[in-house]
Amino acid sequence: MDADLGFEGPQSQQQEVSETPRLALDRLARRYDTGGGVDDVSLEVAPGELLALVGASGSGKTTTLRLVAGYEKPDSGRLLLNGTSIEKLPAEKRGFGMVFQHYALFPHLSVVQNVAFGLEARGVKKAERLRQAEAALSGVGLADKAGRPVQALSGGEQQRVALARALVIAPPVLLLDEPLSNLDPTLRRSTRDELRAMLRRQGVTALFVTHDQEDAFAVADRVAFLHNGRLQQVGTPESLYDAPASRAVADFIGHASLMPAVFDGTHATLMRANQSVTVPAVAPANFSGDPYAVLRPEALCLNRTGANAPEGWNGRVLSRRFLGGTSAYHVNLADGFELEVLSDDRSFNDGDAVVVSVARTPVPLVPG
Amino acid sequence: MRESINSLRHDKRVRQSLLLALPVLVILAWTVAWPNVSVIRGSFEHGLGYWKEFANSPSDREALFTSIWISVLSVIGSVLIGLPLALLMGRVDFPGRRVLAAVATLPAALPPLVGVVAFLFLYGESGFVTRIVQHIIGAEDPPWTFNGISAIVFVHAYTMYVYVYLFVMAGLERVDTSLEEAAAGLGYSRWGRLRKVTLPLLTPALAGSMLLVFMSSLGSFSAPYVFGGGLRVLSTQIVTSKLNGNMGVAYVETTVLAVSAVAALLLLRYFERRRNYVAVGKGTRARMVVTSPMVRRLAPFLAGLVVLILVLPHFTVLLVALAKEGTWTDQLFPPVYTLDNFRKLAAEPQLWTPVKNSVLMAIIATAANVVVCFLAAYLVVMRKFPGRRLLELLLAMPWAIPATAIAIGLASTFNRNDLASGRVLLIGTFWILPLAYFIRGVPLVASAIESSLRQLDASLEDAARGLGASWLRIMWRVILPAVRPGLAAGALLAAVTAVGEFVASVVLYTNRNRPISIEILAQIRALSMGTAAAYSVLLIGLVLIITAFARTLELRSAESGGVVSTN
Repeated sequence: MDADLGFEGPQSQQQEVSETPRLALDRLARRYDTGGGVDDVSLEVAPGELLALVGASGSGKTTTLRLVAGYEKPDSGRLLLNGTSIEKLPAEKRGFGMVFQHYALFPHLSVVQNVAFGLEARGVKKAERLRQAEAALSGVGLADKAGRPVQALSGGEQQRVALARALVIAPPVLLLDEPLSNLDPTLRRSTRDELRAMLRRQGVTALFVTHDQEDAFAVADRVAFLHNGRLQQVGTPESLYDAPASRAVADFIGHASLMPAVFDGTHATLMRANQSVTVPAVAPANFSGDPYAVLRPEALCLNRTGANAPEGWNGRVLSRRFLGGTSAYHVNLADGFELEVLSDDRSFNDGDAVVVSVARTPVPLVPG
Repeated sequence: MRESINSLRHDKRVRQSLLLALPVLVILAWTVAWPNVSVIRGSFEHGLGYWKEFANSPSDREALFTSIWISVLSVIGSVLIGLPLALLMGRVDFPGRRVLAAVATLPAALPPLVGVVAFLFLYGESGFVTRIVQHIIGAEDPPWTFNGISAIVFVHAYTMYVYVYLFVMAGLERVDTSLEEAAAGLGYSRWGRLRKVTLPLLTPALAGSMLLVFMSSLGSFSAPYVFGGGLRVLSTQIVTSKLNGNMGVAYVETTVLAVSAVAALLLLRYFERRRNYVAVGKGTRARMVVTSPMVRRLAPFLAGLVVLILVLPHFTVLLVALAKEGTWTDQLFPPVYTLDNFRKLAAEPQLWTPVKNSVLMAIIATAANVVVCFLAAYLVVMRKFPGRRLLELLLAMPWAIPATAIAIGLASTFNRNDLASGRVLLIGTFWILPLAYFIRGVPLVASAIESSLRQLDASLEDAARGLGASWLRIMWRVILPAVRPGLAAGALLAAVTAVGEFVASVVLYTNRNRPISIEILAQIRALSMGTAAAYSVLLIGLVLIITAFARTLELRSAESGGVVSTN
């Protein structure tokens, strides 16, 4: 079993994909007296996969990560690594590397000592662990900073040291808690591409928490969306965007206006102020509840009123926000319903009468 | 152009600051610094004569080494109690934790002589615990004699572990718990995390508290005075030299004691600066919950036992005060309970006078502390002017210098009227003790007000000035209300210290200002233990009343004030 947990000593970081472990969360639950926590979370992470846990604050994504890491004990449910149940193991026996939100670098140790710290616990001899730590540091491009105190590093560099420290112990699964949230916006954008490239190069299986869907989309192969402690949907970024399973997913992932609809199995009829528009629509399996159409700003089109205007709803432009390549318009429909529409045409002005039509179908439906 | 206007304004402000600072600096230099200068000068009165006498005296050498040895042992004892207790309270959740937390700092709240008296009643040859143990093992004689180095170290560790406990607790608060989690994730067991992460991070806090214990033990007077027997330590040796009329050597001893203490303070400051590096980021602060059912059932009893040990001194003093004088000899508990000891205090004016003296002198000293320290703290925190660092130093100095050294300094300075050398005759008058209490209170009140002021938004004063408020109005309406909690807390500490003060009092008191502590000592010498205990209970009561009073002040200002920034 030790071998499964990566305890047989430091190993080559380039592992065969078949050896890379599979992590499974099986109906995990952890509730707090003060509220919050997670309930009934089941999830599989495939070997070498990068999976993002996404959700608003309080959605339970950090709790899920801490349950996997072993910092929290589940009230019920199981946690499996390659089929072996590990939920009873304390954190130090799981050997998952973790990158903390604030990096949690030991302030009393130098950069290289930080990276070598985990190897020391595994009984690696000093010379060997320094060699491995230095190799890990070059892996993240910080070979020249090995002897520095960690306080002397910038935020981005500290993040990379934290990553090297977690990777050097060759963890079966790498856990990352909001790894990008402490970086300024510019650095963040370049770092997330780098992060994905680095994790890919190492072939590591990783589970990471973020509240930022852009981070999730940029880094992850699949995204798991949590809401109020429950897992709402797991899938590729595209599938979450194009076919949200619930209102919460549609609200959180990208912008959307949610409009009540009547659904007949293939088409949705959207009625606003006596103007009805019928469009092809798709609904998630086992659909129950009132259907709402998820209208993405770029799936709508803005038209001048007139004879050759397409089928749509009449409204007026409330405001225009120039985005560069496109412009985002807020449109007030005749009955007061507000829509956001993305358009290449910047010629509409506040107060202009317009017709809003649906340009991209099928329209996803969610239960309200 | 604008620059010159600004610099003009700046100059005016510096002038105003200096004008305000001058009286404060003069008062503090005269009362705090000057006595030390005259002690050092006195030690060199015969060139190196007194120093040679000191160096060649076997009893002085013995005193110096005994002092250091006792201090080292006290540090070890305090760490052995305080460190595990802090780690337990800071990191583990167990049944009984809250009660234990409430009383964990109790031993430090005993007025110095009362604490020592309580230990005498508890562990002395006819002490409460001694009797219980003797009873249990059925021995003819007391199982131990409570004196000498072991007794002193025991008392020190029992009362001074609180410093270690508080420093380490504060240190633990600052340790980012995700550091410990990170170590766990990297494969470290609980013990490994403690050894490789937590303790290294706590080193500065631990070192700081160890120095504080060392300093306090070095200056400690009450315990060696009562339990020392024939033992010589530096602080008691000073008083002996003074009583023998050998002032020159007393000055040398005082200088040695004060310099060692100040050196320890400087080291402490150094560690405090290093402590900053611990604050890294936020972490979820979770205590480990004890889940083993056996431990959970056992924990309340163990916690209860520790609580009992901690409240025992207070309890014993009360018991002795309630026992009929002379009846409690070899029984486990007093055979007869009575309020006679208290009635005697109230009935005999001679016995009541010390209480009046202590209260009056504490009020005078604390009032002076509040006025001087408020101005001083305001200047140190809110103003920039030449001499600010000097002011800061003067405010901190009495904290480092042992009370015995302060007393000797006052005795050497205020012993005759000679204005040219800054001397006024106060020795032998009522005023010498309020002055001594004032000096001991300076660092307490000043640091409390300073920390309140540091939370204040610096632009608040500018904003008020911009709205056209005069300086006096700003002080009255903005600054003073904002620092009221700090002021109340500081005044509380100063008043509590003053009302039970013993160490400086025993050097300086006269018949006109005999304080409670001296009377307690006199009653013990006369073997009137009941009366001594009644005084002690009264003193503890006074401390409680002052605490309650300061609390209401703090609360009221917390309710009315919206001025303190949300820092």
